[in-house]
Amino acid sequence: MNGIPMELGLLLSAVLFVLGLIGVMVRRNLIMILMSLEVMLNATGLAFIVAGSRWGQADGQIMFLLILTLAAAEVGVGLGLALQIFHRFHTLDADSVNEMHG
Amino acid sequence: MMLILFYIASAVAVFATLMMITRLNAVHGLLYLILSLLAVGVLFFLLGAHFAAVLEVIIYAGAIMVLFVFVIMMLNQGQKTVDQERSWLQPATWIGPSLLALILFAELLIVIVLGGSAETGQLVDSKHVAIALYGPYLLAVELASMLLLAGLVGAYHLGKPMIKKTWGKKS
Repeated sequence: MNGIPMELGLLLSAVLFVLGLIGVMVRRNLIMILMSLEVMLNATGLAFIVAGSRWGQADGQIMFLLILTLAAAEVGVGLGLALQIFHRFHTLDADSVNEMHG
Repeated sequence: MMLILFYIASAVAVFATLMMITRLNAVHGLLYLILSLLAVGVLFFLLGAHFAAVLEVIIYAGAIMVLFVFVIMMLNQGQKTVDQERSWLQPATWIGPSLLALILFAELLIVIVLGGSAETGQLVDSKHVAIALYGPYLLAVELASMLLLAGLVGAYHLGKPMIKKTWGKKS
């Protein structure tokens, strides 16, 4: 049977997710926001791996693979947006981009 | 025994994440983020998901973090970088991540020395993952490839006009 209780793994996943959420809400640097998003996606993957290990099925790892793909695509587009914002506004502050007029 | 390793790796992951979201400098935060990802990779190994642990280290801590490093280095101003590099190489910036990495390395050594009995959880090897991935999940793999293509096109499109604009400014 499983040596690591599933509740502990899920609790750790929730703690990491909340830490990433706090990072997204508190920080105003765009790079730091993207890094906190990575932490949140990683915590979700950890929850899937814990569940897959609990029942001995491969589905958890496959979901982790899909989350990995999503994270890679998200980081590519997000960092492109950060570069674009830095070259137009000369700052990485997320609050300075609140004008929507083209 | 394995539960102790699990606790230590979880503490490293939570502590590294906590340090990451409180760092003022993005590069310091990046160091701690890499440590957090490595700790989660050790957790995957302890949970019996070896394939996911390898992918976590190679793709997350390797490829995606390299993207972050590239962008952070691209956004530097150039004339200040020498002073920044000098301040970044102070022991206070790298001693914390190094200690955490040392803890994870010691855990890996313990697992390797103890041999196969160190795996907790139910071992799901990569063969079962591959069979399920190309069997019932074939459509999801195709969708993931299309998502990656969309991300590639989006990143290319977002990166291209920036170069044109800086050229226009210089000339």
